[in-house]
Amino acid sequence: MDNPARRPHLRIMERDCDILIVGGGLNGPALALALAQAGFSVGVVDARPAPARAEAGFDGRAYALAQASKRLLSAIGIWPGLAPLAQPILQIKASDGRAGEGAAAFFLQFDSAETEDGPMGFMVEDRHLYAAFLEEMTVAGVRLWSRESVVAQTVDAGGVRVQLASGGHLSARLLVGCDGRASGTATRAGIGRTGWGYGQTALVTAVDHERPHDGIAHQFFMPGGPLAILPLRGNRSSIVWSEGAAQAAAVQALPDAGYLAALRPRFGDFLGDIALAGDRFTYPLSLTLANRFVAPRVALVGDAAHGVHPLAGQGLNLGLRDVAALAEVLAEAARRGEDFAAADVLERYERWRRFDTVVMALGMDTVNRLFSNDNPILRLGRDLGLGAVSALPALRRRFMREAAGLEGDLPRLLRGLPV
Amino acid sequence: MSLNTIDPAEVAKFEAMAAEWWDPAGKFKPLHMLNPCRLDYITTQIALEFDRDLTAPLPFKGLRLLDIGCGGGLLSEPMARLGADVVGADAAARNIPVARLHAEQSGLAIDYRHAAAENLARDGERFDIVLNMEVIEHVPDPQAYLKACAELLNPGGLMICSTLNRNPKSFMMGIIGAEWVMRWLPKGTHDWRKFITPDELTAMITAAGLRPVDRKGMVFNPARWSWSLSDRDLSVNYVTASVKD
Repeated sequence: MDNPARRPHLRIMERDCDILIVGGGLNGPALALALAQAGFSVGVVDARPAPARAEAGFDGRAYALAQASKRLLSAIGIWPGLAPLAQPILQIKASDGRAGEGAAAFFLQFDSAETEDGPMGFMVEDRHLYAAFLEEMTVAGVRLWSRESVVAQTVDAGGVRVQLASGGHLSARLLVGCDGRASGTATRAGIGRTGWGYGQTALVTAVDHERPHDGIAHQFFMPGGPLAILPLRGNRSSIVWSEGAAQAAAVQALPDAGYLAALRPRFGDFLGDIALAGDRFTYPLSLTLANRFVAPRVALVGDAAHGVHPLAGQGLNLGLRDVAALAEVLAEAARRGEDFAAADVLERYERWRRFDTVVMALGMDTVNRLFSNDNPILRLGRDLGLGAVSALPALRRRFMREAAGLEGDLPRLLRGLPV
Repeated sequence: MSLNTIDPAEVAKFEAMAAEWWDPAGKFKPLHMLNPCRLDYITTQIALEFDRDLTAPLPFKGLRLLDIGCGGGLLSEPMARLGADVVGADAAARNIPVARLHAEQSGLAIDYRHAAAENLARDGERFDIVLNMEVIEHVPDPQAYLKACAELLNPGGLMICSTLNRNPKSFMMGIIGAEWVMRWLPKGTHDWRKFITPDELTAMITAAGLRPVDRKGMVFNPARWSWSLSDRDLSVNYVTASVKD
């Protein structure tokens, strides 16, 4: 009897890699590293030219990494190089404010001395984070297609094949979309989105100030939207300043001196005078959730799955939770001998992440709607409410652990363990 | 039999059956749900017995494995993917071309045969590992069957055997629950009187000349909607490991 087991695999196409990641931002490289270290062959398609960003000077962009995210970076080997460049967040002060009045008397205060987990988080500059990823990806043997994008994708029985803008083709067993809120990977896979805009825009930059920040992060809830002042290394802070869309556009159009003049009364003078230290970016705020996080041979990670309000810097941290969960699900499946890109395996990832994500997205949405308001009665209630939460240590510790990503069913990478 | 030389209508039928076996939401959904848990147990026991590192590529390379009652290949394929040299055997002839077709689509080399354990033993086939999963509750003479399984093992070989316990709870869960309420399995799939208690199975395995080394429960958790291994709860589904000294 002719035994097919003895014949070559006639129908099997050689794949360029096990897993192809679309999007070279931060979640893409983090996932690529975690997967490569777990034994998968991994490729990344990145629209940007690779070296330019790695060699760039400080451009004003920075991220607040939660403790759990730091643990993931440790587990994939990039934290040791980043630690000397990161600013620990030792305290977070949240208060209700109005331009020209400074912070209200009652405010919510979180102090890292109250938990045993160390600092509340770490501020890391985009250029340092990205350079660390690039270096480690080379070490781990991740293939990078820079200045390249995907224009078409087709799923077959054993995997997925994509067409690149340059005309070439790549094939893999699984395609992961880390390509942001406007994810082409999701659209091409037929995954719809639900969401809404806030009519708000985040103005993002960095400032140098006269006095040290002592590792304290501030969040002022202003009528136009929250203003976050996040400590960077030295006498420098990152600014995430949310305003109504029209107001934000007007501020962004101002020359630097006018921009600073608008920022000063909101910022206050508690750190002395301020000067711009980076470029000025704007990001329109919107909530967008993909209706599914997976499709046949496709998974979505980070903003491609869920773009949340950037309040409290949870965007990247949520994305890294996806990275940790997906890497663990895929590695476990592969070690059991399962087809790691099969529908039931991908569903395990979706089940793990979707609930958590929706809760976080709606929570941030509610907080923002409550605080972006100038009604004097609501304002008094908020002052008292924030003061009350601040007075309850147990509740506050719980809130802090949640914000640090230390609550819930944690993937191994978020506990600092390899997958 | 070559897939290129058989009737195209037959191939279409096999393709439909293979699709059915491998649809996680279809007729064999309960097996798909149980599979990660079974595979966790199987891979861990093989790694322990043969000192293999599950994080290395092709950890089961060089091991010859028999999957009895292979069906569509739900266990044979993962074992082949981990590098084992796999023979899948099924007493139902119609499963064989279906399993072959799917293995070929998956790019896996698996030797599927229409045979019972007793035939293979008589032919002098020998294996390092025998997977004997959810089969024993369906055979007419479990003791004779286990003897054949033991004979199929090389010295130092490992047998993994899973089945259903016999008690009021397993009757409720395995028959009323799985067959009548959830409709996970066709009614009449199981005959409760043929279920075997862990102690009975241990005694039969020992009588067949093997040494039991481990046993665990497989427990369905409705909150997580998945199965997990349990050291204590062997009240419904359970799985055992035994070796041939």
